[in-house]
Amino acid sequence: MTAAMLPAQATRHSTFIEAAGLHTYYGSSHVLHGVDFRVHRGETVALMGRNGMGKSTLLKSILGIVRPRQGRVVVDGIDVTGAETHAIIRRGIAYVPEGRGVFHNLTVAEHLRMAARPGPTGRLDWTYERVLETFPRLAERLDNLGNHLSGGEQQMLSIGRALMTNPELLILDEATEGLAPLIRREIWRVVRAVKETGIASVIVDKNVGVLLDLADRNVILVKGSVVYYGNDLTANSEVLKRHIGV
Amino acid sequence: MDFWFSLIQILNGVQYGLLLFLVASGLTLIFGIMGIINLAHGSFYMLGAYLAYWLAAKTGSLTMAVALSLPIAALVGYVIESLLVRTLYRRDHLDQVLLTYGLILIFNESQRMLWGSDVHGVQVPALLDWSIRLNETLSYPVYRLAVSGVCAVLAVGMWVVIQRTRFGMWVRAGASNREMVAALGIDVKLLFGVVFAAGAALAGLSGAIAAPMNSVYPGMGESVLIICFVVVVIGGVGSIKGAFLGALLIGLADTFGKVFVPDFASFTVYAVMAAVLLWKPRGLFA
Repeated sequence: MTAAMLPAQATRHSTFIEAAGLHTYYGSSHVLHGVDFRVHRGETVALMGRNGMGKSTLLKSILGIVRPRQGRVVVDGIDVTGAETHAIIRRGIAYVPEGRGVFHNLTVAEHLRMAARPGPTGRLDWTYERVLETFPRLAERLDNLGNHLSGGEQQMLSIGRALMTNPELLILDEATEGLAPLIRREIWRVVRAVKETGIASVIVDKNVGVLLDLADRNVILVKGSVVYYGNDLTANSEVLKRHIGV
Repeated sequence: MDFWFSLIQILNGVQYGLLLFLVASGLTLIFGIMGIINLAHGSFYMLGAYLAYWLAAKTGSLTMAVALSLPIAALVGYVIESLLVRTLYRRDHLDQVLLTYGLILIFNESQRMLWGSDVHGVQVPALLDWSIRLNETLSYPVYRLAVSGVCAVLAVGMWVVIQRTRFGMWVRAGASNREMVAALGIDVKLLFGVVFAAGAALAGLSGAIAAPMNSVYPGMGESVLIICFVVVVIGGVGSIKGAFLGALLIGLADTFGKVFVPDFASFTVYAVMAAVLLWKPRGLFA
């Protein structure tokens, strides 16, 4: 396809996600207190903070899964504030949620096929075959239902399914939680490979060491506010100790 | 009971079961996937039957009437879903029951205003208006066989769509985790609207093709609704496979109940339901 057919491609913004002043509530509890959050094209962002500081809520607020009461979300230059989740996702975002979101009644092959589509710019780098090459374990389990997979296989499936949408940005919320070290290494290997193809990512994970090594930028949330935004966290052991506890 | 007589009962039971399946499959999908208890589902069956009666009289062709009642039922279903039912996804079942019960009243009153309270018959199309002779005294109407055939083809078609197409995968995924389906970029509202419309269309079609066998009368939607709930509960809520087996079971139980225990005929389907639920409290395929 040519660029002329796809106006979205003509206006590629260097900032892929720009969220400003997000205030999100669960009932009467105020979870996000005016969060600003940015992801540049191709950039790997580690979203850090202790449990309950609002990391998942921030991701869900950006995706419209929970509705921020105030604030603005722009994806690839288009204001998507108040838009529906599927429309925001279609701008080129793939979401691997905490808990993996695997469908108990669909087979591995069906998970991948149902999600398949070209990216917002028409890109089709990630095909069924390539995802199976990336996760050989899934290729052995094509006919297994989602609830017959191990935790590690479910996680690979959730990531593989996300890649089938050929995203510009991959969001990983606790993708290695509860997995054996060997499986974790496998997941990180794939995340690195994805990064090398130029796909941006936002990663929430308890494994601070890997994040510091992998991320181009770090963001730390404390009680629903951003207390750190930058790329010199490795040198800032004081900040790490105070807000993350390492 | 001789062979031919038994064969006729089996054919009748299967035919009734297949017809019930078409209506009940929509009910179970709408409940299993969208979490909506749709009491007005039987009204689409009634709508189809009255449309068949009315359009057959207008156009002179039952085939034409059936072909027209399908898209009309789908359209009415889609409009009702997008204007009314859509607002209830996050509400509890009582609200849904109130709304869809209200819809039954509106459907029934509209039916009375448009077509009156009389019982109507619908003529079997000439091409199918003959019987296969089985022995000296027994014969079997071809129209019933044709209805079974149409229902069987639709059931297979439904199976293919649900098991083999991406649309079917989205529908099944929606039954498992609809938030995740939206998070994959799929428009769940549109998906639900289409499922609701398809359910309405199948119910309407069932009513239309059943019209020449049964009569067309006020309140017919409610009687089929109750039997369809029995089918859905037996099969396991949300399960198409369960609805299929449940519908055949109920079709045969009802038919044979009328033959063997005519005094308790209205009770047999509930006895079957009670037995199944004692054995499997959540239905056959929950």
